[in-house]
Amino acid sequence: MSDTLERVRKIVIDHLDADPDKVTEKASFIDDLGADSLDNVELVMAFEEEFDIEIPDDAAEHIQTVGDAVKFIDEKLAG
Amino acid sequence: MRRVVVTGLGLLTPLGWGVEHTWKGIVEGRSGIGPITNFDTEGYGCTIAGEIPSVDGRGGGGVPGEPGVFDHEKVMSPKDRKRVDDFIVYAIAAADEALADANWKPETDEQRERTGVMVGSGIGGLGPIADTAIILKEQGPRRVSPFFIPSALINLTSGQISIRHGLKGPNHSVVTACATGAHAIGDAARMIALDDADVMVCGGAESSIVPIGIAGFLACKALCTAFNDTPEKASRPYDKDHAGFVMGEGAGIMVLEEYEHAKARGAKIYAEVVGYGMSGDAYHITAPSETGEGGLRAMKAALKRAGMQPSDLDYVNAHGTSTMADWIELHAIEQLVGDHAKNLAVSSTKSMTGHLLGAAGAIESIFSVLAIRDQIAPPTINLDNPEEETAIDLVPHKGKPMKIDVAMSNSFGFGGTNASVIFKKVV
Repeated sequence: MSDTLERVRKIVIDHLDADPDKVTEKASFIDDLGADSLDNVELVMAFEEEFDIEIPDDAAEHIQTVGDAVKFIDEKLAG
Repeated sequence: MRRVVVTGLGLLTPLGWGVEHTWKGIVEGRSGIGPITNFDTEGYGCTIAGEIPSVDGRGGGGVPGEPGVFDHEKVMSPKDRKRVDDFIVYAIAAADEALADANWKPETDEQRERTGVMVGSGIGGLGPIADTAIILKEQGPRRVSPFFIPSALINLTSGQISIRHGLKGPNHSVVTACATGAHAIGDAARMIALDDADVMVCGGAESSIVPIGIAGFLACKALCTAFNDTPEKASRPYDKDHAGFVMGEGAGIMVLEEYEHAKARGAKIYAEVVGYGMSGDAYHITAPSETGEGGLRAMKAALKRAGMQPSDLDYVNAHGTSTMADWIELHAIEQLVGDHAKNLAVSSTKSMTGHLLGAAGAIESIFSVLAIRDQIAPPTINLDNPEEETAIDLVPHKGKPMKIDVAMSNSFGFGGTNASVIFKKVV
């Protein structure tokens, strides 16, 4: 498991009070983990803070799953 | 117009969590005031308040599971709590209790659509507003939480309660400073009387014991600063040593119901809401008119609506905030009742709870209803040396058993807004 995935999972588990077993790469924040649109905004803010990056609004709209977040963050960190 | 009765009660006050727990303390004359634990009061002229005794240690705290000690986690998960400021949590907790007490669980579409919510607050989410302003200044707009606005908005009390219980009737909210709770109950009763709903969940909630709240009321010269070392003695309406109000927090919620609807389902009926009167002082932003004529007109309007005479009143729960305004209100009551003064009991339960601002009128309406249920007038504590003489019994120190068929609750707010609600025993 990548370091990014582990850190993303931790944020998602904490913020959504989610069952860790359900927080897989494929898990959708809204469809699988009980989030609403405001939770998604908060998750994106938490990712920005954790990884010290900026996630523009149009990119944030496409981050719907744990895997989406990991992919975006890894690409961003790779420059 | 349709008759409206009280069928459920819920309380969360500085005296504890739950109607019976708070009421026992009130009748015994127990103070809920203590040192502020919610923040460091270094540099503040006032260091005391009526905080909710909670398992996290707030308000003197207590052991989880101990009667009357508030436990946030029994009301909301940590995930949901970040979406709401404390005043909303308090409103939800009191509404849960009131709906359970009323044994009202609307299940059909019609029942849900005929059950509404009318809960207000005096100033709502002051805490998150202040905290978010600091984040905005220090970290910029992108760090403002998406939950900031819905956690601070006053009508999210009514919104959250409706979502939690599936209540799809009128959804409204009152904001009239310290008269909020009384206006919410009176307005909700009207919605039932006018057939907009059969059941209304109504009342007020407040959580302003935060740095900006204490500093703001200190700046108005409204708060008591003279009893920081003896907090239980600080709130002393009618006493010659009164020195300003003591802030409290919490919520009071009533379930009101159309009379035939309540009877048909065999609901327990506490009392009938028979009168509701309102007025404006048109005088000053924070002070009542010197003659108390605004409050007097609200009381007269409530009696008129009830079709009653002043001599029908047995007990009045006064606004009585432990300020110079206490005697202005009392003189207005004397003027209203004339010779009946000698038969009348008037007390200020703020002597025990402190002033819960937007929740005050709601918790005090509930105390008025319980006074009718138990035939006991709650006391005014700390009334050691009345500042003036009066023929009215101010019920010093301990509750007094007496005949109470009709009770009125007065609430007056900044801006010169006044409300009186009258409750009557149902025989």
